[in-house]
Amino acid sequence: MSDVTLPAQTTAPAKTESPIKRIIAEFVESKLAVFGFILLMFFALAAIFGPYVAPQDPYDLANLDILDARLPPGEVSGTGMTFLLGSDGQGRDMLSAMLYGLRISLFVGVTAVALALAIGAFAGLLAAYAGGRIDTFIMRVVDIQLSFPAILVALILLAVLGNGVDKVIIALVVVQWAYFARAARGAALVERSKEYVEAARCLGLSRARLLLRHLLPNCMPPLIVIATIDIARSITLEATLSFLGLGVPVTEPSLGMLIANGFDYLLSGVYWISLFPGLLLTLVIIAINLVGDQLRDVLNPRLKR
Amino acid sequence: MLVFIIRRLMQAALVVAVMSVLVFVGIYLIGDPLAILVSPEATELDREEIARSLGLDRPVWEQYFTFLTAAVQGDFGKSFVFGQPSLGLILERMPATLELALTATIMAVVIGVPLGLYAGLRHETIGARAIMAGSVLGFSLPNFWVGLMLIMLFAVQFGWLPASGRGQTVEVLGIELSVFTANGWKHIILPAITLGLSKCALIIRLARATAREVMLMDYVKFARAKGLDEKRVIGVHILKNIMVPITTVTGLELGALIAFAVITETIFSWPGMGKLLIDSIIHLDRPVVVAYLIVVVLLLVAINLIVDILYSVLDPRVRLGGAK
Repeated sequence: MSDVTLPAQTTAPAKTESPIKRIIAEFVESKLAVFGFILLMFFALAAIFGPYVAPQDPYDLANLDILDARLPPGEVSGTGMTFLLGSDGQGRDMLSAMLYGLRISLFVGVTAVALALAIGAFAGLLAAYAGGRIDTFIMRVVDIQLSFPAILVALILLAVLGNGVDKVIIALVVVQWAYFARAARGAALVERSKEYVEAARCLGLSRARLLLRHLLPNCMPPLIVIATIDIARSITLEATLSFLGLGVPVTEPSLGMLIANGFDYLLSGVYWISLFPGLLLTLVIIAINLVGDQLRDVLNPRLKR
Repeated sequence: MLVFIIRRLMQAALVVAVMSVLVFVGIYLIGDPLAILVSPEATELDREEIARSLGLDRPVWEQYFTFLTAAVQGDFGKSFVFGQPSLGLILERMPATLELALTATIMAVVIGVPLGLYAGLRHETIGARAIMAGSVLGFSLPNFWVGLMLIMLFAVQFGWLPASGRGQTVEVLGIELSVFTANGWKHIILPAITLGLSKCALIIRLARATAREVMLMDYVKFARAKGLDEKRVIGVHILKNIMVPITTVTGLELGALIAFAVITETIFSWPGMGKLLIDSIIHLDRPVVVAYLIVVVLLLVAINLIVDILYSVLDPRVRLGGAK
């Protein structure tokens, strides 16, 4: 994506502009990233307002008619309802189920990353600031954890914890905090020796204030980049775990679980139950990755002129 | 070198020990395997009898101690479900998983390196852009969904390839393998593509990035200045130097691939140890889960160690930090 932004470097905005304006100006230089961002906003709105715009409440059993089961996309049922994307094995409208599923997928992904970011940033800053034994201990834990494949750690955790939205979030946080801790420590080590930190220390500010108000904000750019890409990772991992039957419970199906439900019908040629939720999931992930890629280029100090 | 290897092995032993405690306690605390193993109509006496025969009536620490002494001797206890030694069950299924993971890796390298090399050398062409767009897709597509879609297309719609199982296997050096029969190939190709796709995308990106770096190196310029054939410059000077990071990353990713095979195996009913893990988790078959973890951790440690050594052999500039 850097190829796209390179020519625009000559027209760098004037220095008087605020950093946020500059970041936005640089971000919109990539049309692909803007497209990803718009797509992402659309999905976010669909997730938030899903229950209001969905053709039916897919988890109210009174709405379901078993006679509507496995209707192909576009089919009109006996009750006059049109199933735009077909219906699943219980006669549920796929479009509605996907809107509800998107809600859960996004909620789990965003919450898990927010928590992992908070915990990881705290641990990383602490390691960098305290140094010595605390630093060694935290980083050793991080190293050991990162040497295991994320999927394995999450699988075992869920095997121990059991099903549930909260438990999936816990598993995702445990898997991902280490990335943030490592990045935060790296950034904090660089920032620690800068003059503004020295100045804050000379002013006699408390350690907490120094860490949270001075050090943390300056360590945020790399963390934001990781967080963006990590939301995509979280959503994929959650979908995978739910697909294996170890993620969200049946009562709160995410996109991954919808895909899993379709697996049973796939061999008999009923493709739409797995196809459409998977397409939606892929689009969400691509949109996040497009935005994340561009953010990395914009926020990366090494690419600054 | 020896110091380095010994230190790594000691680290590994520590990790395995900590893992065994965590997993054992964790799995002990949840779920009651008796609830699944014993039919609800069984009398209280029967339940106690079964609990005693499995050692489940002892306190946790004693169960762990029994487990540990046995584990050191390679005995991880009998599977609650199969009634066979759990380590044996895992090892029996390991060749299938390794075969799948290695086939996926080889496919990813064979396809990924030339594409990445092309994208790096001719990075302004439409072909290169298409390859990069494809690699973004390869990254973004949810792995398990790709598997389902491949089944939908090639097994259901066209009926070209089977959707599950391992097919005909041939015994090679005492191990049953699929890749030596045509029927086995038909079975392995879809799971291997599913498993290898994201790795292929990763290798494309890596090959492209390193190719662009290496291209600007003095030795490449010098080779061109000497008037060497372009084929030779690319095939020897560039490719050789690209292969160092690719070997390292591919090696390190092999561990993740073996772990990820859990999903692929579940989708394609591939009879490997990953599918066994999922079944065992669902049935709370504690000894098998623990045996799987220990085996995989040892496997990961071995892979990482081999990759580190290989790296220092491939790139003479790297010295393994051991003696200081």
